Amino acid sequence: MKKLVGFVVSLALALVIILTLNESALFPAFGEVDLAERISSQYFNLAQFEAVGSANIVTAILAGYRGLDTLGEVTVLFISSIGVAFIMAEQTRKRIELDYKANFMLRTGSRLIVSLILVTSFYIILHGHLSPGGGFPGGTMIASAILLLYLADEEFRSNIRGFKILESLAGTFIVVTGLLGLIFASAFLENFLPSGTIGELVSGGIIPIIYILIGLKVGSEISGIIDHFLSEEETV
Amino acid sequence: MTFVEILLLVISVILLVIAFMAVTAEKLIHAVLYLSALSMLSVVAFVLLKAPDVAITEAVIGSGIITALFVFTLLSVERKKGKTE
Repeated sequence: MKKLVGFVVSLALALVIILTLNESALFPAFGEVDLAERISSQYFNLAQFEAVGSANIVTAILAGYRGLDTLGEVTVLFISSIGVAFIMAEQTRKRIELDYKANFMLRTGSRLIVSLILVTSFYIILHGHLSPGGGFPGGTMIASAILLLYLADEEFRSNIRGFKILESLAGTFIVVTGLLGLIFASAFLENFLPSGTIGELVSGGIIPIIYILIGLKVGSEISGIIDHFLSEEETV
Repeated sequence: MTFVEILLLVISVILLVIAFMAVTAEKLIHAVLYLSALSMLSVVAFVLLKAPDVAITEAVIGSGIITALFVFTLLSVERKKGKTE
């Protein structure tokens, strides 16, 4: 009975949504949106020239023109990791005990796969200005490699103090890069390096630098959160 | 109708079904696994809708980290329960 009521309600809601959005001027069909109405055409015109020099327009907007917003995003993640540490950190913590015992194959195989995941994540971070991806997904991939290590080896503890130092250093360097833009160019986080040829690995001015720093910061933050989740109070 | 449109329709229907199963699942761990499958399928939908950046982020965060964190939270909640009882 409850399931039936839920089904009918969701069906009615779906009908309402479809009837309002179908043939609406605000919600055109896929591929028929006039992008010039939604995104400032300035971005598209400038991204082709040396102003930003990123082959990926999403990256150009995210780390180039809207660098300050991305800095805010990183700060939000930083605050959430502080919150997790504040709630869950105790002085003496030990690892949570898993229900299964990791055997030799799992331990050795996971080491191999972790190296592959790390290589992929660094590829995604380094090519953030050329291909899809960038600092945020790459950093999360680093954290998932750490998570795999935690799952496959019950002795494993990551170096949380090192992660904290890396996170603070990366955050500081992002702000320093922004301030350098203020000194050498006209605005905070503005590109002050030569942008090079579009499509090459070393191009795009400060975008690769900022993305590497964001990747390191996100990776170390989420690894810290994972460590907090996977450890518990010492029960004496 | 092109092949991509048909594929999108099929994926949307499967997404709806999985979402319904996730809501009505009896065990919490099953609901978490259905959510993981949901984000994995939505990755395919994002790629078909030509949003590769969103697809990569969804693949890593939605079906990787979020699922793991949910599973661990469930594990530690059940351990706490087992200790107090």
